[in-house]
Amino acid sequence: MNIHEYQAKELFRRHGVPVPRGSMASTVDEVVTIAQGIFKEGTPLVVVKSQIHAGGRGKGTFKEGFKGGVQLCKSIEDVKRCAEQMLGKTLVTKQTGPDGRMVRKLLIEAGSKIKKEFYLSILLDRQLSVPVMMASTEGGMDIEEVAERTPEKILKQPIDPAVGMMPYQARNLASRLGLNGDLVAQAAKLMLGVYKVFWECDASLVEINPLILAETADGSTQVVALDGKINLDDNALYRHKDIQEMRDLMEEAELEVEASKFNLNYIKLDGNIACMVNGAGLAMSTMDIIQHFGGSPANFLDVGGGATKEQVAAAFRIILADPHVKGILVNIFGGIMKCDIIAEGILSAAKDVNLNIPLVVRLEGTNVKLGQEIIQKSGLAIIAADSLSDAAQKIVAAVKGAK
Amino acid sequence: MSILVDSNSRVIVQGITGKAGGFHAHHCLEYGTKIVAGVTPGKAGEKFEDKVPVFNTVQDAVAQTSATVSVIFVPAPFAADAILEGIEAGLDLVVCITEGIPVSDMVRVKRAMQGRKTRLIGPNCPGIITPGDGKDSHGGCKIGIMPGYIHKKGHVGVVSRSGTLTYEAVWQLTSLGIGQSTCVGIGGDPVNGTSHLDVLKMFNDDPDTHAIIMIGEIGGTAEEEAAAWVKKNCKKPIAAFIAGTTAPPGRRMGHAGAIISGGKGTAAEKIKALREAGIAISPTPSDMGKTLAGLLK
Repeated sequence: MNIHEYQAKELFRRHGVPVPRGSMASTVDEVVTIAQGIFKEGTPLVVVKSQIHAGGRGKGTFKEGFKGGVQLCKSIEDVKRCAEQMLGKTLVTKQTGPDGRMVRKLLIEAGSKIKKEFYLSILLDRQLSVPVMMASTEGGMDIEEVAERTPEKILKQPIDPAVGMMPYQARNLASRLGLNGDLVAQAAKLMLGVYKVFWECDASLVEINPLILAETADGSTQVVALDGKINLDDNALYRHKDIQEMRDLMEEAELEVEASKFNLNYIKLDGNIACMVNGAGLAMSTMDIIQHFGGSPANFLDVGGGATKEQVAAAFRIILADPHVKGILVNIFGGIMKCDIIAEGILSAAKDVNLNIPLVVRLEGTNVKLGQEIIQKSGLAIIAADSLSDAAQKIVAAVKGAK
Repeated sequence: MSILVDSNSRVIVQGITGKAGGFHAHHCLEYGTKIVAGVTPGKAGEKFEDKVPVFNTVQDAVAQTSATVSVIFVPAPFAADAILEGIEAGLDLVVCITEGIPVSDMVRVKRAMQGRKTRLIGPNCPGIITPGDGKDSHGGCKIGIMPGYIHKKGHVGVVSRSGTLTYEAVWQLTSLGIGQSTCVGIGGDPVNGTSHLDVLKMFNDDPDTHAIIMIGEIGGTAEEEAAAWVKKNCKKPIAAFIAGTTAPPGRRMGHAGAIISGGKGTAAEKIKALREAGIAISPTPSDMGKTLAGLLK
């Protein structure tokens, strides 16, 4: 699960990671009230940040024409004007795709005087099976590009999960980032807080880009998380009720939300051949083989090992709700599931939804003959296939022929 | 011969009185697996299907039955505890079928396993099977949820991160008349007990395994690590398939571990590494058996 920047910063605050003063607003009136409070405290600059689950906001453009999903404002009038141009408008960034995302929430923050920018993140090192903290002096940049061009500029600190992140490890990283004086202690404290957020919230990624050295009003320097991104481990959400409440369904694709209600694993893609498969690996492979034979998969859909009739019916409804779908390939390797029972589920679902596009069914496994007979005798225009490659070729041909 | 398990392996089912545990314990028994004990806390003294004694703890089950292997069907929130209980009891092998275990739980488990003799297979896997020579391959050792009858005793080792895709490969082999020595599902999670590389080393050392099918998918670098070892050390022919050529980056494709992140873990990178190691790549998931058969000629 992904959460918004303002929610990530709330988790940062709870774990002692310094963030700029600010809060979230969803109406222009709220924006103005928050901004007035910040200006009153003597801060000359207020930042208005679009809250969507995608990066590249600052360089993004609104479909309505306004440029920049992050704005620096020097007056209340300025703040109000920007909020009006952003709320309810659709922001397109390099990560949103051409459709963009509607901005429904803004984060209103006190502006910071930036002296230097760094990068900091923590995630799982799959090779070592431990968390690894990564830091770089190349803050505010695309970190994948930094990793590609100058890998030596990314510092890595693996963390032993038995003892957690130790203060010396944080001090080492701070020192290697070139910090000195009381900034070493400040940065180390922040890093230990970031580790706590990662571990105690069951995050899969915590990223701060940029982490900054900010000049405060009294002339001192403070280490601050200027941005914040947190992804969470879905498997662990059951033990974090407070984080579950942060889920924003408006940021997720409608059909994917609907599928999740039936415990179906559905991901929408851009093609026109839908597929319905049992097992994640086989579902991915089915997409691959559709492409191999010249077709284009419309989705990933894993109905799981013990799909019920209700799940199969829901799967058909979800697949068909995508207007681009011109044909369906069902590929089931019934191991413990029996093919005759699956065939009956497919038939009843196909009748219920008044199916009027080509459907190729490939069944393999227990009671396969019985299952195939049920489909052949159904009187419905279902195309039977006897192997995965046969099925893929038949659906690609059927969809091309229908055009 | 085979790897890890054979028809003499003595197996405990952790969670035997649950719905999934009971269902699959029944099918394993029917296949011929020596299920010698079940464990469900608070149900000591009961018998599963009138023959398999149930114990409160793995330790009791091991003491009474000399079992050396366990298979876990307990729900995800309790699975890490169940794995560590098996390790503490000194088992040789723990197979965890459970899907949906929090990653941080598995990070802890993996750390706690260091220096212990127990090998963990999974989690989030179909299990492990060494086919027997009876009808529908019965009489072997099936520890998991795979359908037994699709297998056939023989000399091809299969290792895979995916369940049904493994059945697909096995069925293609069996349909071509090619049998399997042992099939190992290592699971689809980002932190697992046994890697592709671990299993390839065992197959390489097993005189009864003559060739190998390796099935990988997007996410992580386990396939690349296996390929690097194969290039220098493996003398047996290997056919491979990598799932997820069409998967979009940044999305988790069903398996918790199947995600292209930061541009890493793509199918193209993995296929390239495997090819460079001299491994034959199956062009589609429908050609895994055929690709392997081509290596045996």
